[in-house]
Parts: sequence; structure tokens; C-alpha cells
Amino acid sequence: MNIYKYASPATFYPVAGKMIPWFAIPSAILFAVGLFVGFFVAPTDFQQGDAYRIIFIHVPAAWMAMLLYVLMAIYAGIGWTFNARLASMMASAIAITGAMFTVLSLVTGALWGKPTWGTYWAWDARMTSTLILLFLYIGFISLQAAIDDPRRADRAGAVLALVGVINVPIIYFSVQWWNTLHQGATIRILGKPSIAAPMLAAMLIMLAACWLYSVAVVLIRLRCIILEREQNASRFAEVGV
Amino acid sequence: MLRWIVWRDLMLAWRRRSDMLSTVFFFVIVVSLFPLGIGPETQLLRTIAPGVVWVAALLASMLSLGRLFANDYQDGTLEQLLLTPQPLFLVVIGKTLAHWIVAEVPLVLIAPLVGLQFNLDPDTLLILFASLLLGTPVLSLIGSVGAALTLGLRGGGVLISILVLPLYIPALIFGAGAVEASIMGTSPAAHLYLLGAFAIVSSLFSPWATAAALRISLE
Repeated sequence: MNIYKYASPATFYPVAGKMIPWFAIPSAILFAVGLFVGFFVAPTDFQQGDAYRIIFIHVPAAWMAMLLYVLMAIYAGIGWTFNARLASMMASAIAITGAMFTVLSLVTGALWGKPTWGTYWAWDARMTSTLILLFLYIGFISLQAAIDDPRRADRAGAVLALVGVINVPIIYFSVQWWNTLHQGATIRILGKPSIAAPMLAAMLIMLAACWLYSVAVVLIRLRCIILEREQNASRFAEVGV
Repeated sequence: MLRWIVWRDLMLAWRRRSDMLSTVFFFVIVVSLFPLGIGPETQLLRTIAPGVVWVAALLASMLSLGRLFANDYQDGTLEQLLLTPQPLFLVVIGKTLAHWIVAEVPLVLIAPLVGLQFNLDPDTLLILFASLLLGTPVLSLIGSVGAALTLGLRGGGVLISILVLPLYIPALIFGAGAVEASIMGTSPAAHLYLLGAFAIVSSLFSPWATAAALRISLE
């Protein structure tokens, strides 16, 4: 079987339709499990009380916001270098989900900041770089929206995404660079994590749920983009979509 | 080739001196508006001076970005430049250098003068001058990518600010940081080194990105 045939939007369209439930249903289950573990199993925090429980959505959302930007840049780069339309469409589809997670992490961060720091917004390094990340997403989306020719929009977006991706390491290292009140990273890949096991479990389950949700939503949006751009292609004309 | 491009753009700019002057006046007026809006307390003005001067410099340099490629695009020169056997990034470097000389250097020169309005001491004025001298090439270089991407688009002027201003933020942080450090009496060297590093990195990468963006926009 030649997997490259799925790089054609028309071939991928029905495949994407079949894939969506395989991501959407596990995502819903994991959200339910993760929220249950987060709210009822994980112990109350010694310092922050129950207010800390917002991290079960805040931290996965912040991770997704950064990862999706990198993923978007990679897809846009592939679409640009190999002239692959489907990859470029994928990048456009990811952008909105990424922007949504960025907004979500900013809003939950503000709600968490009020009881713990006593303020909704502090000009802390990570918050500021997340805000900049949101601006970068907005730039990408509005550049693509301003260009009428879809092929030019894909390539221009790719240049912008690749230039902007320099910002993502700055976000990651900002905690070390600028010395501020945001707490340091509590999850380390090497060494023992400094949080309780149920908390970590809930956070990882929520992260998995967010990933599956992103894949499902991006595929749905990808199908819409394919329909919109390829509406004149004979394959769709026959079906009458 | 490089020299020819720079020379040509400088000549064109010289024949339209009013464009150049309007950028400088914009900078001076924006900076002067802040004391009027905030009040004349010396201490407060001194605290906000680095940020105000730097933000005004960002806005002023962004205003002039539209002219970087737009005129050549409209009269077809840019298309001819793309067809020359010389590598496109040389053309881009030349045009960006000319833009820096025309639009940014006057701001750098006048900045110590507007700094006086905020009661900055001579050492700080020198640091302000140095930070702008190191930081404005970053603005021109990054801005050229945005200018190339938005070439010929409707609403290009607003769009370019959405694309470019977030990318200016590191330069703003460390540029204003250097001046602030000098006001606080600590060494601004670290900030200036980082600004210099940004200038080097952006001069390595952004001409290629701009060249790619120009090819995309002119297809």
C-alpha cells in the first residue's frame, strides 16, 4: 500500500472522517477520568488548598499551546518545502486550536493567580511569553485571512510560523532567563517529580485528553478546509457535497 | 551590487526628504505626548523614559516599513530585481541597510535629545543612544520580513503591525532594560550584549526569510 496517496486532500478526506471518532471518543473518556482523578482523588495542596486544582486544565492547555505552535510550524514548513497542500491545510487547521489553548491557559492562569498571588495578571515571564505566543497565533491567522490566493497564504504563513517559532524556546527558558514570581517547573523528565503521584496522574491524563481532542478537532476543521478549497474538484462534484 | 542598491535607495529617499522627516517628527511627537498625558513629575518621567522612547522607536520604525518594498513593487522594479543573476538576499540586505540608514539612524541621533525631556543624565543618554544603535538594525531586519509578506495586501499597514510588533518584543525588553539599568546605576552591559546578539542572529536569518517572502509575494 502506498501511504503517499493519502497526501492528496481528496483521498485523505474520507480517511479523516473515519479517524475522527477514534480520537473524539477516547478524548471524552479521558477528560472524564482526568477530571474525576483531579477533583476527587488528588489530595488537597498543603499551601494552596483546593485552588491549585485548576492546574489540571491550566498546565495541559499551556503545554498544548506551545506544542501546537511548533507542530503548526512543522506542518507549514513541510507544506512549503515539499509543496504539499494537505500539510499546509493542516497548519491552518492547527492554528485556531492552538490559539484557543493559548487563551485557555491565559484565562485559567489569571483565575488561578487571583487566590494564590492576589492578582489576575502579573507581568511575569511565562505569562508574558504566553501572551506573545497568542499574538503570534493571531498574526498567523490574520495574515492567512488577508491573502485571497490560498497557495500564497500557505507559503506566507509558513515563513511567518518558522520565524515565530524562535519564540517558543524563549518561552521555555524564560523561567531561567528572567527571575520572577512564577513557580519553577515541577515536572521533570529526569529526577523525581516534586508533586504527588495522583496529581501527576491526573495532569498526564488531562494532557492525553487534550491531545486527542486537538487531533479530533483539527481533523474536523481540516475536512472543512478541504471542502472549501477543493469544491471544484471532480471527486466532490460527483458526490454533490 | 550591494553598494548600488544602497546608493539607489538612499538617492530615492533623499529626493523624498519629507517622508524621512515625518518619521522623525512622529517619533518626537509620540515621545512628547507621554509627559503631557502623565504629568510633569520628574521622578515618574525618569522611570518611564526608557520604555516610552523605545516603544516610540518601534512604532516609528514600523510606520516606515511600508515604504521598504511598496514603491518598487508598484513600479515593477522589484520584479526586475528578482530576475537579476545576483542572489536575492544581497538585494534584501542592501534595501534593509538603506532603510536602516534612512528611517532608523535619524531616530538614534535624535533620541538623546528627546531623552533630555525626561531628565536623563548624560551617562544614561549615552546608553540610550548605544541601545538604539544596536537595537534598530534588529527592527529593520525583522520588519523587512513583515514588509515582504504583506506586500500588495489590502489593509497591509495594520496587518504588518500585528505580524511584526510581537517579534520586536525581545529587542524592546533588552533595549529598554539597558537604559533602565543605567538609571538604576547598575551595569547595562548584559542587556547590550544580548541586543548585539539579537542583531547578529537577525542579520544572519532575516534576509533569507525576507527573500523567500518576496518570492512568495511576487509569484
